Amino acid sequence: MTKVTLTVNGRSLSGEAEGRTLLSSFLREELGLTGTHVGCDTSQCGACVVHVDGLAVKSCTVLAQDVDGASVTTIEGMANADGSLATIQQAFQDHHGLQCGFCTPGMVMSAAALLKDNPKPTEAEVRHHLEGNICRCTGYHNIVKAVMAASGQDVSGVGIAAE
Amino acid sequence: MYNFDFVKPASVADAVAALAGEEAQPLSGGMTLLPSMKQRLNAPATLVSLTGIDALKGVCREGNMLVIGAATPHAVVAKEAAADYPALAALAGQIGDPMVRNRGTIGGSLANNDPSACYPSATLASGATIVTNTREIAADDFFQGMFSTALHEGEIITAVKFPIPEKAAYAKFMQPASRFALTGAFVAKYADGVRVAITGASEGGVFRWSEGEAALSSNFSAEALNGLSASADGMIGDLHGTPDYRAHLVGVMTRRAVAAAH
Repeated sequence: MTKVTLTVNGRSLSGEAEGRTLLSSFLREELGLTGTHVGCDTSQCGACVVHVDGLAVKSCTVLAQDVDGASVTTIEGMANADGSLATIQQAFQDHHGLQCGFCTPGMVMSAAALLKDNPKPTEAEVRHHLEGNICRCTGYHNIVKAVMAASGQDVSGVGIAAE
Repeated sequence: MYNFDFVKPASVADAVAALAGEEAQPLSGGMTLLPSMKQRLNAPATLVSLTGIDALKGVCREGNMLVIGAATPHAVVAKEAAADYPALAALAGQIGDPMVRNRGTIGGSLANNDPSACYPSATLASGATIVTNTREIAADDFFQGMFSTALHEGEIITAVKFPIPEKAAYAKFMQPASRFALTGAFVAKYADGVRVAITGASEGGVFRWSEGEAALSSNFSAEALNGLSASADGMIGDLHGTPDYRAHLVGVMTRRAVAAAH
């Protein structure tokens, strides 16, 4: 076992990791941050997306030791300082961008990465960006709506072109 | 996955030394290696991470060459190669999904030589040079069949040098579930001729379509390919497409790439 230290959501946290310990397992089992979900564990579904040094990654396919010393943001770090939901989280609630909620942490982290680089994405850009995040409930339209709404855009026409 | 020792050297020399150990393997972005280790298809005793070596990262123009460090992630190539070699940048921006592009690297993709990966097509069609810690290898000599390359045990790709073409484009028929190329064609036009490399189609991995190259070298237009078709012999057949279907796609995707080339 090797000591791994990360700055997670602004706090320096340490734990023990084997060579094979995945970042997703390290966050969930060693640091107790279970907001990051593990869906497929084969780097397809995107439920485990977190940000490492500002970049969205699938934490089930990153070794904890490989990111020792990095700054990590998880879904637990998304809410505002007073505990209220961040704009993007509120938009998922307002637009019914989730049903069972399992994919939601990854969707929110992935969408946040998009909006950081591209504050006013088109609907097509949102759909293209979310290719690595799978949702089995919503049919995606309301997720796309939520992301567009979080970027401050009108969402009345979202989903029509796709149908 | 089975456990292993993890090391993360800061220099190529230290990485080469670590790879001399028993059953040691290099790890770049891990987008293929880690899933295959989870399935126990691969079980190294030591993984040597190459992601901590700054000398392996970056995109830079050297004369008429674009030189890309082997550990440069796809997302960085998509952004930083856009001005000098837009077709290559566009290819990098279509690999996998955004999270895969933030981790996966060009050197890792080439060393793995997946028969459906995108980068081998650009590398072969550009007549690029693969630079390792010990030598330089021409793309024509590097790819040696499905998942097989000219790399020796313990040899590390350090950079890839792409001659910048007059015109080029990549046309990818995407397998929607995996986002790999069901068949992809990279076309690159140089002063001395046109090169066409096809990925995703052949059981031998990436290959040059010589009939297409000959036709396009005398007339660089999609019409020049009329009547030409690739043979279905040796093409991949699976539940996503028959050998005949892939052979047909070779012509279709090459035409699309020529039409899109700029």
